[in-house]
Order: sequence, then structure tokens, then C-alpha cells
Amino acid sequence: MKKNTNWLYALGAAFLLTGFYSCKPKNTSDAISGDAAQKVYVAPGKYDEFYNFVSGGFNGQMSVYGLPSGRLLKIIPIFSVFPENGYGYSEETKPMLNTSHGFVPWDDQHHLELSQTNGEIDGRWIFANANNTPRVARVDLTTFKTAEILELPNSAGNHSSPFITENTEYVVAGTRFAVPMDNDNGDVPINTYRKNFKASISFISVDKNSGNMKVAFQLRVPPVDFDLSHSGKGKSHDWFFFSCYNTEQASTLLEVNASQRDKDFILAVNWKKLEEYANHGNGKKEAVQYAHNVYDEKTHSATSTIEKEVTVLDAKDLKDVCYFIPCPKSPHGCDVDPTGEYIVGSGKLAALIPVFSFDKIQKAIADKKFIGNYDGIPVIEYEAALYGEVKKPGLGPLHTEFDGRGNAVTTMFVSSEIVKWNIKDLKVIDREPTYYSPGHLCIPGGDTRKPNGKYVIVYNKITKDRYLPTGPELAQAAQLFDISGDKMKLLLDFPTVGEPHYGQAVAASLIKDKSVKFFDINQNQNPYVTKGEKEAKVIRNGKKVDVYITQIRSHFVPDNIEGIKMGDQVYWHVTNLEQDWDVPHGFAIKGANNAELLVMPGETQSFEWNPEKPGMYPFYCTDFCSALHQEMQGYVRVSPANSNVAISFSTGANLPDTTTAPPLLGK
Amino acid sequence: MKKIIVFMSISVVTILYACSGGNNKSEATTDTSSTVAADNGNPSYDPNRGEGKFTKVDVSSTLDAAKAEAGSKIYNVKCGACHKLTDEKLVGPGWKGVTHRHTAEWIMNFATNTDDMINKDPKAQAMLEICLVRMPNQNISDDDARNVYEFMRKNDGVK
Repeated sequence: MKKNTNWLYALGAAFLLTGFYSCKPKNTSDAISGDAAQKVYVAPGKYDEFYNFVSGGFNGQMSVYGLPSGRLLKIIPIFSVFPENGYGYSEETKPMLNTSHGFVPWDDQHHLELSQTNGEIDGRWIFANANNTPRVARVDLTTFKTAEILELPNSAGNHSSPFITENTEYVVAGTRFAVPMDNDNGDVPINTYRKNFKASISFISVDKNSGNMKVAFQLRVPPVDFDLSHSGKGKSHDWFFFSCYNTEQASTLLEVNASQRDKDFILAVNWKKLEEYANHGNGKKEAVQYAHNVYDEKTHSATSTIEKEVTVLDAKDLKDVCYFIPCPKSPHGCDVDPTGEYIVGSGKLAALIPVFSFDKIQKAIADKKFIGNYDGIPVIEYEAALYGEVKKPGLGPLHTEFDGRGNAVTTMFVSSEIVKWNIKDLKVIDREPTYYSPGHLCIPGGDTRKPNGKYVIVYNKITKDRYLPTGPELAQAAQLFDISGDKMKLLLDFPTVGEPHYGQAVAASLIKDKSVKFFDINQNQNPYVTKGEKEAKVIRNGKKVDVYITQIRSHFVPDNIEGIKMGDQVYWHVTNLEQDWDVPHGFAIKGANNAELLVMPGETQSFEWNPEKPGMYPFYCTDFCSALHQEMQGYVRVSPANSNVAISFSTGANLPDTTTAPPLLGK
Repeated sequence: MKKIIVFMSISVVTILYACSGGNNKSEATTDTSSTVAADNGNPSYDPNRGEGKFTKVDVSSTLDAAKAEAGSKIYNVKCGACHKLTDEKLVGPGWKGVTHRHTAEWIMNFATNTDDMINKDPKAQAMLEICLVRMPNQNISDDDARNVYEFMRKNDGVK
């Protein structure tokens, strides 16, 4: 025991020394962990340097993190209902999830793209794709709310989306699934795929000022699976590049049957020429149906319009717009470097990364260096388009982003690592393991003309042993690497929500000062707004009852409501009268079978309530608002259908009978 | 064994102490009350005027009816939820007599610079102890504040 004690004293002394030492600059041996902690530590009360917008995958939402801390700041519902704030449940937001298939409460959200001006992030909007029921959304970065959702006709599996041109002229949406087109007969044998199935790439125009989206035209393309894409930059500004697989045109057991050919394609599209053809009326109008949903910031309400027509241009009729470039083994990522000269295709089954040259592609087209055509589209010779190959980069290259210093960083799914390589000499410079199986990666501005090569964030598909176990399903996770030096250094793991695919990051300074703090109550044009407690009321119109109710710290007007009857369809129109930042109020009512509402300051939100039986129903504020938050409550009385209780409503007036007052105890 | 634990604890304390600079130490002992006391003790703070952009408000002996009418509209949307026009407290104090209790400058500064005033002004703090709800900043413009003040004067009987 004595011996042991001495040993522990020694340990204590060592600890003491180390402690003192740690106050001084670090040496290289202890810098790895100590340095990393410092680099991601954002002190309480301090802001992060970057916003990181991360797709939610199967949760249909987008989450917003701060970097370098990895702190989760917000979840923005886009394609999925969100009972926590009433998105998709309130009367105002239900139209956002309307489609030609009716109300769709969920989707699979994969990719995000921040709006750009001159090839640089401008911080105005972020676009999001819905994979399953094909849609593209625009999220406003002043309100952090979904502002618009546009459904896409003639599409299935909207995977190759929502990538944009350098001035956000267009958002593209290429389909993963070829299908019979919407106005063709889809009731055909599946094995008639090659005859009856087609693919589409939609070009969605974006209004410069309002951001409003419109399907400008669609490109009809052969029935292959379009996977990912990126627009050209600078000299390649007029072009868009799409990776595709299943050039075998298989419709069953794709795992095997779509992996037969040595090379699939990258499709190069001259979108400027395509636009000209569309503007000259070369397109054919097709009758289709798709929903266009817009949220109005003044009325705090969405409208859904069903559009009836789309302009289609067939790639094989356009002789100088589309070219296929052979690309090894089922290419996935299709990434263009900041200069616009190099196009990186990542064949997910390939043991190399091909890098194509924009100049060589142009020359090959001019010299007609084609090896033939594929469904009427010329196929350029591989070597005529190729700048070079990165040899033995790792296994399963998926996605590439750029650091702005002439290097590329690529995720390797199979070998679980990120690999940094030089674009000019195609030599691998550095590799770091990731934990595990990385999918997408993101460098702030890493797919634009101006990357900020400080960090790379890697979104891993598998985490296994990285976090405390939580049953069969584990957190998917992001990993933050410092890439400012020669060696990439792992700084931080942070768990994410849903399944992140692509993410985008941007300097916080571009967005944070434009954040809306509250909505001006005087500008509120919701038809059911209550501007001040004097205007609060309950109006019966047959079976429909509209309750105009206000919230302010910490009471409702009205908070006593009687005269609701069974069979009534009650609409609660809740207006938050606060005019200060960070003071939302919640609204919940017992037995409500939709959701609650979170109402932002100056906003009006409504939901429908159909009481199931006569009785007393309490309602209250769910968002802790003040010291008297717990007092922010009310009652609504529901009477049988044949009752003659009249509508009445008040706050502070409907006092209990004084003769039944509870006794005062003690003094 | 106990000794060892004590020794280990001392090591930890020493390390923490060694690492903390003078700043941290003083931060730890500064609380809001002493800050407030220091500010209130500052002779440049005028408790009659409060703190904000209004230093001298011209008020005539008669009522400006147009201003009062505009103020009444603002009251209905932004103030009436918490302030009655009688002397009865609702969430905040009733407005009857408010123009006798405070100067025009104090009221208008409080309406437009609410958080700073609640943090510093002794009268505002005394009222917070009664109401327990910090008056929200309702984002009232300078003109709105003047109009609301005129409406308060009307409520207090100025003709």
C-alpha cells in the first residue's frame, strides 16, 4: 500500500506539473488534442464563424449548425410536417405541402445549394431538393423559413438537384428514375423500359428580386439515371454537367445490371444555347399537372397553385446542346473546380478519379472527336475530354470540393477517408481517415468560384463506435477537419439529425445581420389578424366558428370562450402581439388532433379544431414566455349541438361567483 | 488514501488558479447588482430623464388632439394588452396619472429604450419587482412614442 501511495503522490505531482505546463504554448506532442479543442471552442455568448446548412435526408428537413463548434442552431422544416411549430398543420402552411398527388407530409431531402451572384455565395436563399415526390424548395435566409416549393412534372427521384448556375439564373433538377412521361400511358409492362421510359432535366428560373421559381423548360433525355450535377464557372459559365449511371438501361437488379459497362457518362449541357432554343419557341408544350406553393411573408400564409403546362425540348433534336462524356464506373459526384476548367467525375466503383478539361471538351466538340452517339446524343472520345486521372486515390470516390488553393478534397466511401489532391499534377497530397464511410463533404463555398479553405466538414453514413449506443439506430455524424495547413487535421465529431447528404457552409457575416427579428404587426395582412385586443372576437357563421385570439406576455384575449357546439368547425386564428425579438408564443388545446402552433412576434397562425365531445377544453401557451407563462391559459366550453348557450368571450371579466370563494387560511 | 485525494484536489485547484488571469477572477465576483449600483451612483445618470435619446420634449399646456388620436391607435395595438387606462394594474401599471408620476422624457425613453432602462433605472426596477414581467420592447418609433405620450396626457385630463 505504501508503495502504491508513493506512486500516486508522484502521479499527482506529475499532474501538477503538466497542469502548469499546459498554460504555456503547446509543443507538438500534446498539440493534437489540445489544439483541436481550442480550434472548435466557441466561448459561451460568442457566435460561430460559419453557418453550416445540412440536408436532413429522410427527415425531410434542413438543419443549421454553427461552425467550428458544431452546435445545432435550428431545424427548418421544408418537405416534412413539423408538429413542434405547426408547419404543415396550420391553415397557413398546409398549402406548402400540396402536390399533384395531394397533401404529401414527408420527403427525402438530399442536396442544398446557396444562391450565388457571379459564382459567389450571396446569402439570400438556399435551395433544397425533395427526392421522392420531386420538388425543389427555396428557403429564405432572412426568416429561415421555407418560402416556396415547386413540384416537377415528368420526374421521379429528383436526385440531380438543386444545383444552380453562377447567378442563380436556373436551378436544375435531373431525375434519377426514368419513367413514362406524365401525359403518356404509364400502365405498361416494366420490361418495356427502353421503349416507354424517358428522363427529364428541369431548368427552373429564379426571379432576381423575389426569388420566385418557375419551370422554364425541360430537357428530354435518354432513360438513364441522372445522379448529381454542377454548373460551369467563369469560362464554362454557359455549361452544366450531369453525372449519370445505368447507361445499360436496366430496370431490375440494378446493383448488377447497371454495373455492366466499364464507363457511364457525364452529360455536358450548353444551357445558354438550350435557353435560346426555348426562347425561340423550339420547345413543345405538354399538358401536365404540378403544384407551385408560395409562402407570403405579409399574409403569413401559403397558396398552392396547380400549373398545367410545361415546355419540353428533346435533346436528340438539338444538335449543339448536349454531349456525353464517358466516365468510369457509375459516376456519382460531378464537381467543377473554382476556375471552371476542371470537371471531376467520381466513379463510385472506380479505382481512379477522372478529371476532364473544359477546353479539351470544347476542342473535341469543334473537331467532332466522337465515338458515336447514344440515343441521338454525340459521345465524345474519353481521352479527347480527359485532362488526366488521379491514380489510386482510395476506394469508392464519391464527392469532391475545392479549397481555393488549387487542391481538391474527395470522400472515399469504401476506404473511409478523405483525400486531398492537387488539381494540376493530380498527385495525392494527404489522406485522413473518417469514421466511417463518408458520403458528401463541404468546404465553405467549396463548389463556388471562391472557396474559403479553412475547414472541410465530412458527413459520415456510419458511426458505429463513435458515440454512446442508442439502440439499433445510431446518430449519423459530421466530422470537422482543419484544412488550412499541409496536413488535414480532425478537430471535431458532431452528431446530426436525419441523414445528412450534402451540406453548404458560408461565413456567418453574410447572413447574420439580415436576420428578421420580428414581423411588424402593422404590416400583417393575414385575413384573420387581430391587431390589438380590442379586435379580438369569436364569430359564428353557421357551423364555422372563427376565434380571433391574441397573445402577449402573459395572457390570451379572449381566454374564456363559451357557445361552441358539437359539430362546429372551429378555426383558431392566433396573433402574437409582441414586437420584440425572441418572444414567440405557443398555442395548444386539449385533444387537438393536429399539432400546436408556434406564433412568431407579429404573426398570425391558424388551426382547425373539431371538438369530439361536449366538455371543458383548456388551452395554454407552450413556449415559456415570462415569469407568468404558467398563468397564460384559458378555457373553451363545448356544448351539445342542440344547446342554446350563446357565443360569449372575454378576458378578465367572466369572474367566479364571490359566494363560492375559497376560504382565506391563517391571517 | 484520503491524503492522496486531498493532494490531487489541491493540484487541480492550483492548476485552475494558475491558469486563471486577473480578469477571470474579477468577472467571477462581479454581479449585475454591483454594476447597476455603479451606474446609478453615476452623477451623470438623471433618474428624472432616464436613459435614451430624449433629452427635452416640448409639451404645450393644451392637448394636441391629432397626436393623441394617433397615440390611441398605437395604444390599441401595442400597449393596451398590458396597460389599462385606469389606475388598475393589469400586466403593467394602469396609465391613470402616469404623466404626473414621470416626465415626458422618462416615459418616452422607457418606451423606446426599454431594456436599458429596466437594467438601470431605479423606478423601472421597483416596478419590475411588482409586475415581475419585463416590459417588452414593442419597437415603438420616436414619433409613436411622442403620440402615445400625448394620448397619456389626454387620459390624464389635459384638454
